[in-house]
Amino acid sequence: MSAAPVLERPAVEPHLDPALAAREDVRPTGRRLGPGRRRRLAWLLGPSVLLGLWTVSSATGLLDPRILSEPWTVVATAGELIADGRLQENLAISAQRAGLGLFFGIVVGAVLALLAGLSRVGEALIDGPVQIKRAIPGLALIPLLILWFGIDETMKVLTITLGVFVPIYLQTHAGLRGIDLRYVELAQTVGLSRAAFIRKVVLPGALPGFFLGLRFAVTGAWVSLVVVEQINATSGIGYMMELARTYGQTNIIVLGLAVYGILGLLSDGAVRFLERKALSWQRTLAG
Amino acid sequence: MAAHPGGLTAVASSGTVRSAVGSSSGTAPATGAGNAVSVRNLIRSFGPKGVLNGVDLDIAPGEFVALLGPSGCGKSTLLRALAGLDHDVRGSGVISVPERVSVVFQDSRLLPWDSVLGNVTLGLREHDADSRARKALAEVGLAGREKSWPHELSGGEQQRVALARSLVREPQLLLADEPFGALDALTRIKMHGLLQDLVAAHRPAVLLVTHDVDEAIALADRIVVLDSGRVATVRTVTPEISTAVDAAGHEALRRDLLADLGVVGTSH
Ligand SMILES: Nc1ncnc2c1ncn2[C@@H]1O[C@H](COP(=O)(O)OP(=O)(O)O)[C@@H](O)[C@H]1O
Ligand SMILES: [Mg+2]
Repeated sequence: MSAAPVLERPAVEPHLDPALAAREDVRPTGRRLGPGRRRRLAWLLGPSVLLGLWTVSSATGLLDPRILSEPWTVVATAGELIADGRLQENLAISAQRAGLGLFFGIVVGAVLALLAGLSRVGEALIDGPVQIKRAIPGLALIPLLILWFGIDETMKVLTITLGVFVPIYLQTHAGLRGIDLRYVELAQTVGLSRAAFIRKVVLPGALPGFFLGLRFAVTGAWVSLVVVEQINATSGIGYMMELARTYGQTNIIVLGLAVYGILGLLSDGAVRFLERKALSWQRTLAG
Repeated sequence: MAAHPGGLTAVASSGTVRSAVGSSSGTAPATGAGNAVSVRNLIRSFGPKGVLNGVDLDIAPGEFVALLGPSGCGKSTLLRALAGLDHDVRGSGVISVPERVSVVFQDSRLLPWDSVLGNVTLGLREHDADSRARKALAEVGLAGREKSWPHELSGGEQQRVALARSLVREPQLLLADEPFGALDALTRIKMHGLLQDLVAAHRPAVLLVTHDVDEAIALADRIVVLDSGRVATVRTVTPEISTAVDAAGHEALRRDLLADLGVVGTSH
């Protein structure tokens, strides 16, 4: 017999056994169709590639700095703005607006979803108006909100809240309605009180939907923030960028974009982290 | 002791239902006196089609009754009526069941977001719920698995958790709807032994829905065959017959039951 290629199948996945991992003649125990196990910091790969492309095209002159500032200019600008305190100051104000809007939006969206999901009357009263609100672009309400509340913080936080509560409501409500009726029957047979039913069955069952809504909501909060800060503001990252536009300071505009990007990425990561912790009972491809 | 009309408003007007089991009021009606379960003239229909056409059934305290019948004959409909789960089903009749009723379904129906222990204590209000649940889990051979998620257990283990969940409430009536139907043959036999032990220890009245003749013979004191929405035959199982497959009457009973179910010719 000639030496046939060795196709030994190890008893464990090679990555779990250092001795096997070193050998080239050993292949994994089977073809898996799922994406495989999680790798830490893997989410950084995509953004890093983008950053690399930007750096390379700036360095080779492919990208005119008047169109898009070089990464290092943006870093230097960040240094200057941090040194004179403008960046932190504006960032704090922006974060406060987004945070408040997000908080109120989550509370309103979740409470409305529970009311609509748990009672027919609630559903009849709430679902229609929310669907109508959903059909109106959130930013189209800004003129009215300015008329009612002026251009102070209330208007800004309210605009964000209005953008946030809709996805929270929609996804949480969908999650609630998707709860398997078999669990409702079970709750009845073990004699759960209404409060215990909500705590043990409804809330955990709706949690995956809530987190999906939360991810939309966080993204939406930043979008609304940008708009309210560029239309009517005298502070905040958006205002800083708007001011830079009038002076043609591309570097500050790009810095603002980068800050929004980082904030978005961080907040999405935070939501995902919370989601993994809260939904650890789920077995999904996300892992 | 509680009696319910099976979620039917129509029944409520047809008379107050009371059961005599454990009753001290002295107003016990004649029907169902001394029984854990009493069903009189139960009628249930989905749309124009009648599913149960007047079922009468009594189960004594501590008695193990198996309900046999071909698929779709209304076994689950009857069990759900007893469990009070048929809220929107049309019908009439009188049902009385004890206060503490536990249900085991064909699927283990564990909440996927709660631990094994959390699933067993679900709905328990006693302050010692946790320790009782631990004891119940030990009884079904799952000591040490309290913190596991349901999906980390095998199908048989999940069903054992469901048994622990139902027995930790010390039910006077245990309703089980094909609880072993989704398990492999070997696991099923083990579960039969476990269920027998548990029932011997806790002494609830049991109504076990099954389509498995051998399961019915092995477990039940009495076998009720449902046909055309009525109780067609009732057969008693003596302890000798149920314990030994080679006992004298075993094969005959088996043949009779299969005939009741219309599986083989009645010309044996
Ligand atoms: N929710 C329902 N809606 C309509 N028909 C139903 C419903 N539940 C059961 N049925 C019908 O009632 C009959 C009896 O069902 P079931 O009691 O589940 O039978 P089985 O004896 O197999 O448990 C079947 O014909 C079934 O199609
Ligand atoms: Mg059934």
